[in-house]
Amino acid sequence: MPSGPVLETRDLTIRFGGQVAVDAVTCAFHPGTLTAIVGPNGAGKTTYFNLISGQLRASAGEVLLHGQRVTRLAAPLRTRRGLGRAFQLTNLFPDLSVLENVRLAVQARAGIGLHFLGLASDHAELIDRAQACLARVRLSDRAGVPAAALSHGDQRKLEVAILLALEPQIFMFDEPTAGMSVDEVPVILDLIEAIKQEGDKTILLVEHKMDVVRRLADRVIVLHQGALVADGDPAEVVASPIVQEAYLGVRPANA
Amino acid sequence: MRWRIVSGDRPGHPVATALLLVLLVALAFAPFLFPGTRSVAAAARICIFIVLAASYDILLGYTGIVSFAHTMFFAIGAYGVAIPLANGWIGWDAVLAGGLGGAALAAGIAAAIGLLSLRVRKIFFSMITLAVASLAQLLATQWRDITGGEDGLTFSLPRILSPAFRLLSDPVLGVRIDGRLITYYLIFAVSLALFWLMLRIVNSPFGRVLQAIRENEFRAEALGYRTIVYRTLASALSAGMAAIAGALMALLLRYNGPEATMSFAIMVDVLLMVVIGGMGTLYGPALGAAVIVLAQYYLQPGLQALSDAAGALPLLPALFHPDRWLLWLGVLFILIVYFLPAGIVGSLRRRSRA
Ligand SMILES: Nc1ncnc2c1ncn2[C@@H]1O[C@H](COP(=O)(O)OP(=O)(O)OP(=O)(O)O)[C@@H](O)[C@H]1O
Ligand SMILES: [Mg+2]
Repeated sequence: MPSGPVLETRDLTIRFGGQVAVDAVTCAFHPGTLTAIVGPNGAGKTTYFNLISGQLRASAGEVLLHGQRVTRLAAPLRTRRGLGRAFQLTNLFPDLSVLENVRLAVQARAGIGLHFLGLASDHAELIDRAQACLARVRLSDRAGVPAAALSHGDQRKLEVAILLALEPQIFMFDEPTAGMSVDEVPVILDLIEAIKQEGDKTILLVEHKMDVVRRLADRVIVLHQGALVADGDPAEVVASPIVQEAYLGVRPANA
Repeated sequence: MRWRIVSGDRPGHPVATALLLVLLVALAFAPFLFPGTRSVAAAARICIFIVLAASYDILLGYTGIVSFAHTMFFAIGAYGVAIPLANGWIGWDAVLAGGLGGAALAAGIAAAIGLLSLRVRKIFFSMITLAVASLAQLLATQWRDITGGEDGLTFSLPRILSPAFRLLSDPVLGVRIDGRLITYYLIFAVSLALFWLMLRIVNSPFGRVLQAIRENEFRAEALGYRTIVYRTLASALSAGMAAIAGALMALLLRYNGPEATMSFAIMVDVLLMVVIGGMGTLYGPALGAAVIVLAQYYLQPGLQALSDAAGALPLLPALFHPDRWLLWLGVLFILIVYFLPAGIVGSLRRRSRA
């Protein structure tokens, strides 16, 4: 049953002073599809994510979630509508335990944040779900330590565990494996693969490594100086001059 | 399992647990263990400041909000009780209406300040609370017809609470069961109940969100928590608690005025209590309240004794002169902050974790 896009941006634009960081990007994302977003450093990929998930307000254009305009909606309300985001720069609750970091996400999903008379520890099922998310990223043995005490790679994994805990329909990964050691990378890639296999999830993945893009992506879009300059089949897009120039420094002869 | 009733939250170190148990027992039996008007008044003050400091910790230690309006809410509760009683409406209904009315008003004002200004940068929020608190102080001193101005309001309590009232004709364990004692136990019971309630709240799902906001507000938003709602509720709750503490203070003093509940000196004391005890632990501010109130009551007499004992020795009598008590309080504070940088309970917890 091919349905409409769950997420759409129309002429989405943001300016910082004179600089146009995201420039009239129009794009639709469909369930069951993993879209890789590539582009050189400073191309506007993270900023595009910030506009979609509501951390930044658009200067112009629209964001549509499940067909509804959410351009002016605050970030938490977008999250509640099924948008989940893992951040490029690790963004945790440093003094809280690893388990508590994830449990807070499970609790947000369960919508009981305003309950102030019962105890958080009474909700064993939430703790179990948080443990399950930690197990999926192989972080169970670190559950009790403060998030700040984790290695960089483990913090990246925790970031992903938090995203899993939100059980979103739309997963936004911003360079999830950046800075991870070689043996940690497959855990995360297999996990993204598994989410993709569920078939009904929409995945946006910002990724610099072309082998990862080729392995996981159903579709690739290229941002360059804030504008969407290519969109299509991974093999074709990766081979295109614009990507070759961006990543390999190969310049077309006429440039 | 017994801890579950308390909240499941443990003090986190045997020494902290022991100190808290000693404090609890001392307060529960204060009129019998330390008979005398002055010592019972000190115990009552400790109870009241435990509530005041703990409610401030919900803001500062749990949510990461720096407010300077906390004593304003304390004063609102105290005036809530003082105004009807000083105007001749002397009864339990007046105490209850005044206390709860004050708490509701305080919560409302806190919520309004929160909704209007928690969106701005943190430092501006703190400055706004400072401005509002100064304004309230001005109002309290100038609006003489209602507040009694600088002089404040003196009043009588319902008969059972008045010092002349005798519940039993004979003393129990050598202590007269009079209105003063009943007032003390009223203060103790309400304080204990409120402290327990706050322990539950900081360990509730709501309380956990407050901690998340303190740690990383941006991320809490990204998880789907509307942090402005949580911060406003935390402000209102904390203000309501402070107001009830203020109502208890009015009962203790049978008086209220700007100096008694509203001064910035009290705001500084509350800050010290929270920092000395350990921010974000709730148990810590309870210990901090005991340390500061005891120092205020007994440092001067203690120094007098030391000074006398030092007698003819050179320099020492001058060093221990009772007028130097603020100096010694400063030394005490520096020592605690130096050796226990996360406060008493905070540092003990870290030690037992390491
Ligand atoms: N809040 C902001 N204020 C001003 N400029 C910003 C802001 N956020 C991003 N920019 C600018 O927008 C441009 C795009 O940045 P962005 O972080 O989106 O790039 P990116 O594609 O994610 O790069 P990278 O691959 O390095 O992560 C950069 O020039 C950046 O300096
Ligand atoms: Mg980026």
